[in-house]
Amino acid sequence: MTALGQPNLALARRRWRLPAPATFALVPALAVLTAFWILPLLQLIALGTQHRDGPSSAYWQVLSSAQYLGSLAQTCTLAVVVTAAALLIGAVVGCFLARQRFWGRSALVALLTFPLAFPGVVVGFLVILLGGRQGLAASVGLSVFGQRWVFAYSLIGLFIGYLYFSIPRVILTVMAACETLDRSLEEAARSLGARPWRVVLDVIVPGLAPALVSCGAICFATAMGAFGTAFTLGTQLNVTPVAIYNTFTNYANFAMAAALSVVLGAITWAALLLARRLIRQTGATL
Amino acid sequence: MTGTAIRLEGCRKTFDNGTVALHSLDLHIHPGETLAILGPSGCGKTTTLRLIAGLEHPDSGRVLFGEQDVTALPIERRDVGMVFQNYALFPNLDVAGNIAYGLKIRGMPKAERTARCAELLALVGLQDHGRRAVHELSGGQRQRVALARALAPRPRVLLLDEPLAALDAQLRERLRSELDQLLRHLGITAVFVTHDQGEAMALGHRILVMEHGRAAQLASPQALYQQPANAFVAGFVGNLNVFPVLARSPCGVKVPGGDLPWSTADFPDTLYCRPEHVRIADGNGHLHGHLLAQFFQGAHSRLLVDVGGAQPLLVDCDEFGRHGIGDTLALSIAPRHLFCLQGRGTRSEVSP
Amino acid sequence: MKRTAGFYGRLLFVLLVCAFMLVPVLMSLLAGLTRNYFQGVVASGLTLGWLLQVWAAYADTVWLSLRLAVACAVGVVMIGVPAAYALVRMNNRFSRAFEELMVLPVAMPGLASALALLLTYGQYGAFRGSWLFILVGHVIFTLPFLVRPVMAVMQRQHLPVLEEAAASLGAGPLQRFFTVVVPNSRAGILAGVLMVVTLSLGEFNLTWMLHTPMTKTLPVGLADSYASARLEVASAYTVIFLLLIVPLLIALQAINHHLARGDRP
Repeated sequence: MTALGQPNLALARRRWRLPAPATFALVPALAVLTAFWILPLLQLIALGTQHRDGPSSAYWQVLSSAQYLGSLAQTCTLAVVVTAAALLIGAVVGCFLARQRFWGRSALVALLTFPLAFPGVVVGFLVILLGGRQGLAASVGLSVFGQRWVFAYSLIGLFIGYLYFSIPRVILTVMAACETLDRSLEEAARSLGARPWRVVLDVIVPGLAPALVSCGAICFATAMGAFGTAFTLGTQLNVTPVAIYNTFTNYANFAMAAALSVVLGAITWAALLLARRLIRQTGATL
Repeated sequence: MTGTAIRLEGCRKTFDNGTVALHSLDLHIHPGETLAILGPSGCGKTTTLRLIAGLEHPDSGRVLFGEQDVTALPIERRDVGMVFQNYALFPNLDVAGNIAYGLKIRGMPKAERTARCAELLALVGLQDHGRRAVHELSGGQRQRVALARALAPRPRVLLLDEPLAALDAQLRERLRSELDQLLRHLGITAVFVTHDQGEAMALGHRILVMEHGRAAQLASPQALYQQPANAFVAGFVGNLNVFPVLARSPCGVKVPGGDLPWSTADFPDTLYCRPEHVRIADGNGHLHGHLLAQFFQGAHSRLLVDVGGAQPLLVDCDEFGRHGIGDTLALSIAPRHLFCLQGRGTRSEVSP
Repeated sequence: MKRTAGFYGRLLFVLLVCAFMLVPVLMSLLAGLTRNYFQGVVASGLTLGWLLQVWAAYADTVWLSLRLAVACAVGVVMIGVPAAYALVRMNNRFSRAFEELMVLPVAMPGLASALALLLTYGQYGAFRGSWLFILVGHVIFTLPFLVRPVMAVMQRQHLPVLEEAAASLGAGPLQRFFTVVVPNSRAGILAGVLMVVTLSLGEFNLTWMLHTPMTKTLPVGLADSYASARLEVASAYTVIFLLLIVPLLIALQAINHHLARGDRP
C-alpha cells in the first residue's frame, strides 16, 4: 500500500488553502467597494487630519468649537426625539395592523408604508405644504384663530419631516416582528391571570424589543444623516448635514467638511453597532 | 449496467473544529453490491458516504472506483448518482426538468433526453407526473423523483443518504421493498447510510457498522446478528440481554437471578443472549424473576422480567397475558444461544 | 368578533397617523392640478397646464433618473448576486467583515459618502462631469439593498444542498451558479432590483453633491423647483415623481408579501 506514503492531490489542495470557487464571486463587489468606497473613505478620514488655518487638525477644531459641537448636539437630540416618537407611534400602529383583521386593512398598510421610499427633498416639500407660509396649518389657523401657523422652516418642521419617513419603517418592522411572535406565550400569560396591559408589558414588548432596537438604530442613523429635508426647509437650520454642506460649498473648507462628515458618520455607526450589541445580548439571554 | 467496485484505503478525515470523523478507514465494496452503512449519529457514516461521493476529501488515504483513483476528483467528475436525505429536488424545475438535469449538463440532445426521462419516469412509476411541480408531490413521490434523477445519467455508483428517513412508517416499508427490487434489477453498486437497523438488514447485502469514526464490523446481515464482533455491534443490531458473571458454579456460571449453563474453559466477565432465545420454562429454569411489564407487539410479545440485575431481562415470546404482573417466572436459555464478546455492551433502549 | 372601545380608539389613532401620511400627498396632488393655488381650487379651477409645463422644462431629468436607475440595477445585480452567493457560502470572519463594509455606506450620511467620492475622483474631469459619477455613488449606496434580500432567499432555499445535488449530477461551479443558484434566488433578486430602482430614483443626499448642471436627476430638479419655482409647478413636478415611484412601491409590496408567504420547505 502506497496510499499513505504519497501526498495526494486533495491533501495538497488543503495545504495550499486555495480559495473555494465561491470566493471568486466576491471579487467584483470587492473591487468596486475598494475603489469607490474604501479608498475615498480613507482619503476623507486622512483629509480631516489637515487644516487650512492652522497646525491643529480639523477633528480637533470640530471637537473644540462650540458652534460645531452645538450643531452635533442638536442633530443628535433631534434624531433621538424623532426615533422615540416614531417607535411609539409605529409600534402602536404596527401591532394594531398586524393583529386586527378588518375591512380596508391592507389598503391602510399600503398607504402607511409608501412614504418609506420618498426622498428627503420630497418629504421636505410635503412639510412645507403642511406647515409652510401657504400651508394647511397656516390657512386653518388663519380661518379659525386669525393667525397663520407656520412651523415648517424651524426644527419642528424638521421633526415632522423626519417623523414622516421614520414611521413607515417602524410600522413595517413591527408588523413583521408581530407575525413571528409566539401567540401561545400571550395565551399562557393570560391563562396565568395576566391582565391585557400586563401581557403587553411582559410578553409583547420583550418579544418586539430586538426589532424595535434595530429599527430604532436605523431611524436614528437616517435622521442623523438626512440632508434633503433640511435642505428643502432652509439652509439656516443648524443641523450637521447642513453645516457640512455649507462648509463645503460656501467656504470651500474641505478639511473641515471631511472632519465633520467623519465625526457624524462615526456617531451613526457607533449607534448601529451599539444596537447590534444590545440585540445580541438579549438574544443570548433568551 | 455492471457494477463498479469501490475501495477506500486508509481514509482519514478531521473536521476544521478538530473532531476526527474517520480514523483511517479501509473498505472494499464489491461490484454490484448494496452496502448499508449503519451506526448512531456522529459515528462517521455520513462522512464515509460523502468521501465516496466526493463532497468531502480525505486528509489522507485514497478513494478508488474500480482501478481509477478518484481521490482528487470533485463530485461532478466522479460519475456518481446521489439521493439526498431531503431529496434536494430543484424547486425551480418540474419533475421532468429535475430528472433531465444531469443529462442536460452532459449535453445530451433534447430528443434523447426526453426519451431517457420517460424511461425513468416509467421505472419509478410516475409516468403522468413529468410536468408536475416539485412542491405538488407527496413525500414518497419526491423520493422516487430523486432516485430517478440520480439514475438518469447512468452513474457508476449510486449513493443514498438516509433515503427513507423522511417518510412515515408505512410508506417507508413499501418504498423499501420497491428500492430493493430496483437495486437488484439494475445491478448497480449502491451504498446507503441509515440509522435504522431494519432498513439496513432488509436492503444491504452487507452491512458496515460504524462506531466513533471506526468500522466496528463489516458482514452480511445474518453474520452480524449471529456473530457480532463486539458488544457495540450486538447491542446496535437487535436487542441484547447482558449478564454480569458473578462466580463459577458447578454446572456453569452464577449470574443475578440464577445459574447459566456455560461449559467452555474460559471464564468471561459478561455473557449475552438475544431476547428471543430466552424461554419461559414450565418447571425448573436457569433463572427466576418477577414479571415487571409485558407489551403486546403483534406476532410476539415482549416481557420485562426483574431477575435482580441492573436492568430487567428482555424476553420475546408468544405468551401474552398468560402471566400476571408480579408473577414469578422460571426462564431457561439453551447453551448454544449464550455468547461472550470483546468490549462492553451498551444495551439499546427497550421499546414497548 | 366583538369590537371593544379599545379597538375603535386604536383604529382612530391609526387613521390619524394615516391622515398625517396621506394629507400632504393629496395636497401636492391638488396643488399640482389647480390653476391658482392661492385663490383655491373652487375659484380658479383645475388644469393640466402645470404638469405639461413641468414636463417641458424637466423631462430630461426624468429620463436621466430612469437611465440611472436601470443602469444602477444592472450594475448592482452583476456585482451583488455573486457577492450574496459568496457571502452565503463563505460565512466566515472575512465574509462578515465584508458584509459590514458593504452596509457602511447606508449608515454613513450620504453627504459624507459623496464628499469622499468627490475628494478622491473629483479631479478626473471627464468622469466627474458624466452621469457615470452619480451612477457609482448610487451603486455603492444601493448594493446592500439587493444583497440582503438575495442572501435571505438563498439561505432559506437550502442552496448548499441543492448545489451538492447539482454537483452529483455533474454540474461544475459555473453551471451550478447559473442553473441552480440564480433561478432559485429569482424572488430575492426581483425584490432587490425593485428596491434598488426605487432608491436610485429618489436618491438625493449623494446626488446633490455629485451632480453637475449637465447631469441633473429628478430629485435634484425637484430641489431646484422647490427653491425657485411657484408652488403649483413644484407640486406638479412632485406628482410626476410620485406617478413614477408609486407603481414600483406597489410591486415591491406585492413581492415582499409573496416572499413572506412563500416559505415552503
